Amino acid sequence: MSRQLAFIVRRILLTIPMLFVMSIVVFLIIRLVPGDPVRTMLGFRATEANVIELRHRLGLDQSLLNQYLNWVGAMLHGDLGQDIVSHAPLTELLAQRLPVTFELTALSMLIAVLAGVPLGIWAATGGPWIRRLTEGFVVFGISVPDFWLGIMLVLVFAGLLVILPPSGYVPFAADPLGNLRYMVLPVLTLATGEAAYILRTSRSAITSVMDRPFITFLRAKGIAPSRIVFGHALRNAGPSIVTVVGIQVGVLLGGAIIVETMFALPGVGRLVVTGINQRNYPTVQVGVLAIATIFIVVSLVTDLIVGWLDPRVADAATT
Amino acid sequence: MTELTGTAANMRAPSPRRSSMTLMIVGGAMLAALAVLAVAAPIIAPHDPDAVEVRRVLGAPDLLHPFGSDVLGRDVLSRVLYGLRVSLLVSISAVAASMVLAVPLGLLAGYFGRWADTAISRSLDMILVFPAMLLAVTFIAILGPGSVVAAIAIAVIYLPILARVMRTSTLVVSRNEYVAGARARGASHLRVLVTHVAPNALGPVIVQASVLSAFALQLEAGLSFLGLGTQPPIPSLGGMLADGREVLIQAPWVEIFPGLAIVLAVLAFTFLGEGLRRAFDPRGVAE
Repeated sequence: MSRQLAFIVRRILLTIPMLFVMSIVVFLIIRLVPGDPVRTMLGFRATEANVIELRHRLGLDQSLLNQYLNWVGAMLHGDLGQDIVSHAPLTELLAQRLPVTFELTALSMLIAVLAGVPLGIWAATGGPWIRRLTEGFVVFGISVPDFWLGIMLVLVFAGLLVILPPSGYVPFAADPLGNLRYMVLPVLTLATGEAAYILRTSRSAITSVMDRPFITFLRAKGIAPSRIVFGHALRNAGPSIVTVVGIQVGVLLGGAIIVETMFALPGVGRLVVTGINQRNYPTVQVGVLAIATIFIVVSLVTDLIVGWLDPRVADAATT
Repeated sequence: MTELTGTAANMRAPSPRRSSMTLMIVGGAMLAALAVLAVAAPIIAPHDPDAVEVRRVLGAPDLLHPFGSDVLGRDVLSRVLYGLRVSLLVSISAVAASMVLAVPLGLLAGYFGRWADTAISRSLDMILVFPAMLLAVTFIAILGPGSVVAAIAIAVIYLPILARVMRTSTLVVSRNEYVAGARARGASHLRVLVTHVAPNALGPVIVQASVLSAFALQLEAGLSFLGLGTQPPIPSLGGMLADGREVLIQAPWVEIFPGLAIVLAVLAFTFLGEGLRRAFDPRGVAE
């Protein structure tokens, strides 16, 4: 088996314990609630019959091991349970919510990469004033919390200029242009901080590559500076940038919880927050499960891309 | 000639030592000022932060109320000062609690290596399976909202990061000859760890802790913004931002000032952390 293939298999196998741990934590959400979780969910006015019925429906009257095995088994068959407030099947609810979170995070990451990488290259190869300007953006992006940036963007674009809606959502399939209008402010809110991190990483990765002897050699050969940067330096800096993009997807997913709530986007993050406020634990579980699974899958894909971009990573991991 | 070149270089970019000092002084001074304002809030706040005044609902800033008043007519400046208290207290105590756990774990993993390292490092890695905000929200889903739960969640989130830094730093320090010398003289592992390794390995962890305090502050404000952190009627900066969202266009001061307080506190921690990193962790262990 080639080293590359061994690396891929090993990395995929490593995902199994991660998924297992995540499933245990998500499973325990209801079970660790202090006191009786069923009474907490139903409130003081619930009758004893209601309590017994819900406890039975959630499987909380069985042994812990049985509860876990039944829960995982049902999930693997696509049965995520029921929302205890709306009584809607959670599989259906998740199918409605996931596309919103996907659109928000994917667009935000796309904008962050499209802004962060070119600005990082510019900062690494440009003069001192460019460096200072980009450093200012990095400090701004890292220090301004996304929720406050979102509020200020609403104030300017929805309040003063009145060119964008302050909050709301229409599905892309129903009205593509309207959907994008609603998405502009949430995406800008999430993308600004991410762009700052990607800029900083791209800048330091490209700067360190530009100091290497092979770049000096290419310069001495008279190769055009743009070809050196885009054909050689960027290629070598690629693994660092991809790694940070992968890590930042986790930050974006966390940020989406706030941004979805703030801009009234019906995504998974908002589902979790509403679920917590309503003590709707099955829904919280499903939301946390979905976001954590996306994060684990993105980490896997990121590592595989890095291993493909830089075979030395795959070699080091398998030796 | 050499001297001239040196001068020219100095004019182009400040020396790393000087830039680290500047950052530390600026960050430290900002943080000290904010801490004084937070601690002295009961003395310097011009009004009772919870005093509702119907005639002052959404009142614009004036001499009596420099930051204006909120939806219930409460003084925004007084609430910002009290909110700063909660935000600083929660974020600093969360990172301190995380350090208290991370230092011994990192020491044991780095010093003993082998199974101790594998057991500690792999267990802590499991925390990293969750994005930080999601883990905090999961904690709150289980234990219920509140500033204490938020602080516990933040402490757990940063535990693997701080323990990893402590482990790496311990690995570097343990290779020194004075550590081997102490063992050769018959000192116990505990004595070597406490008197020789720990004091020399702590630097990068302190640096990382100050950097993480900036993130902890943002996380606490974010949780309070969602209604999952500090609960009303206790004033919190994130909670104030959530309360004022509906009246943002009519009364922007309700949102601008608490937000600026968060940004200033985050900047203070960021500058201090970056200055400390450049000064005390040039090898970049804390990164």
